[in-house]
Amino acid sequence: MLEIKDLNVFYGAIHALKGVSLTVDEGELVSLIGANGAGKTTTLHTISGLITASSGTVMLDGQDLQKASPHRIINMGLAHVPEGRHVFARMTVEENLRMGAYILKDQKKINENLEKVYSHFPRLKERWKQLAGTLSGGEQQMLATGRALMTDPRIVLMDEPSMGLSPLLVKEIFSIIQQLHDSGITILLVEQNAKMALAISDRAYVLETGCIAMSGKASELAEDDRVRKAYLGA
Amino acid sequence: MKKLGRTGQGYLLNTIIIVLLFTAAQLVTAAFGGEGSFKLVLVPSIWQCCYLMILAASLNLVLGFLGQLSLGHCGFMAVGAYTAALLSLACERAELFKDKEGVVFILVLFACVLAAGILSALIGLLVGIPALRLKGDYLAIITLGFGMIIINIINNLPFCGQDGLALGSAAASLYKNGLGFGTKSKVEFLWAALLVTIISITLMFMFVRSKYGRAIRAIRDDEIAAAASGINTSYYKVLTFAYSAFFAGVAGALYSCTNATLSTSSFAFTNGGILNSTFIVVMVVLGGMGSITGSVAAAVIMFFINYQIKNGSWVDALPAAVQAVFQYPMLVYAIVLIVVIMFRPRGIFGSYEFSLINLKRDLKAALERRAAARSERKEARSNG
Repeated sequence: MLEIKDLNVFYGAIHALKGVSLTVDEGELVSLIGANGAGKTTTLHTISGLITASSGTVMLDGQDLQKASPHRIINMGLAHVPEGRHVFARMTVEENLRMGAYILKDQKKINENLEKVYSHFPRLKERWKQLAGTLSGGEQQMLATGRALMTDPRIVLMDEPSMGLSPLLVKEIFSIIQQLHDSGITILLVEQNAKMALAISDRAYVLETGCIAMSGKASELAEDDRVRKAYLGA
Repeated sequence: MKKLGRTGQGYLLNTIIIVLLFTAAQLVTAAFGGEGSFKLVLVPSIWQCCYLMILAASLNLVLGFLGQLSLGHCGFMAVGAYTAALLSLACERAELFKDKEGVVFILVLFACVLAAGILSALIGLLVGIPALRLKGDYLAIITLGFGMIIINIINNLPFCGQDGLALGSAAASLYKNGLGFGTKSKVEFLWAALLVTIISITLMFMFVRSKYGRAIRAIRDDEIAAAASGINTSYYKVLTFAYSAFFAGVAGALYSCTNATLSTSSFAFTNGGILNSTFIVVMVVLGGMGSITGSVAAAVIMFFINYQIKNGSWVDALPAAVQAVFQYPMLVYAIVLIVVIMFRPRGIFGSYEFSLINLKRDLKAALERRAAARSERKEARSNG
């Protein structure tokens, strides 16, 4: 479904991605793990068009995403949950969700998607009138995720959903991701919390200083000695 | 008939009230027109308030709703003022109208206002496309530079004249031949100023309440999240900038109506007068960033302060030291701004919009909040 080939990205003189290739198939949950500064976020930003690659291709169902601008890419069915809980702080929860469906014109469809998001995140429904800036960290993460789901995307890119959350909330967020995956949504997950990510993923890629160091089935990677030493603290 | 929603009811109520007030203003003008202080003080003041309101509200679109600091708003106003003035002079030379009479003059008047807006918007587009790639301080510097550059450009255009319209090849008095209204015509055409203001404020209000308004508020709150929601951020930024410039141009056209001649020094970044880019920023911050009605109120308040410290009879009774401060109005505005920011950090209105249909509900909510704050304080005191 999503196919990335030989992606090279530079920040000025810094070579951030050095020929990254990866694929995500329909219905899969693929995670991209790695240390700080390995290029995980850069990869996601390049896919959703926020950064332009100097070479390489990003194809979604045979369409080249590199030529499209961010708001067009969303139209193609790719949603991005940015890192660090970017919510519209001065809008209510429901307004935030409706902003997520900005590109949709059909009111009925929007209301339908809203109900679907509320069924995934009952907590958001309880707080629909609250200003997003006053939500807790975990709730803001749910809101950002819910907002991305408002367009009924075929594939969702999630950037560090567990960042800065308490262990209990991290568990909750991961169980929600699993639940979304079970409902048939394709997910590309970027995580520093390798243990949790590998536990719920089908496949995984390990990114090291801009290169894909390893890839394979998540369960096999979790057993791999190098991965265990470097990322699982064992 | 389809039943009106709350928004529809609000619009209906506003329309009725605006029409009533407008008719009342017409009747009052007809009854007292051409007489004493009504003609000499009140009407010119209303004219000034009109363009200040449009100006403040239009800057609020960029500053309060889009969240970008623009310091060159007077530049767009200058473009509008000169466009309207020159167009009116050209029409007079082409003998389209004479002595500000007839239907043709009214048409020319509105055409001038429209042309002023359109040209300003186009220049806003030209400036906005490169400038809005920058953020925060950098954008402020660019727009500040624009405000200064545009004045130099106008000064050096042969048909604008070195000293505005007074000297150049268009050396004709605006007052005599063009749009410039004397006190008598100001009374006569008061309705036009009011009409232009009402339409402008309504259009801006509808803009921030629309899908576009929601998009730009999203960009203000979080640009990355806005882009991730499928909002074309650069498109909306430039669009808002141009929309705001359009109304600055309209305000400029009204300004040129109130003057016998134009001079670029009136549009400089800082000057002692009421018109400069800083003063408009002060109005927006005072009224509340993100509240159109706040800007309207602040424009009237600032105009009143400016008028009183310059013309108020009570000023003579003050000690000489205070009067000396009043020689520098910018100092007084600064003090007013500091006092307001101390007590209401988000401006007088904050992001609240005054609305008749919600007045009862809003008042009740405000009273409840105050009561809650009071009981909280009391509790804290009894515990402490």
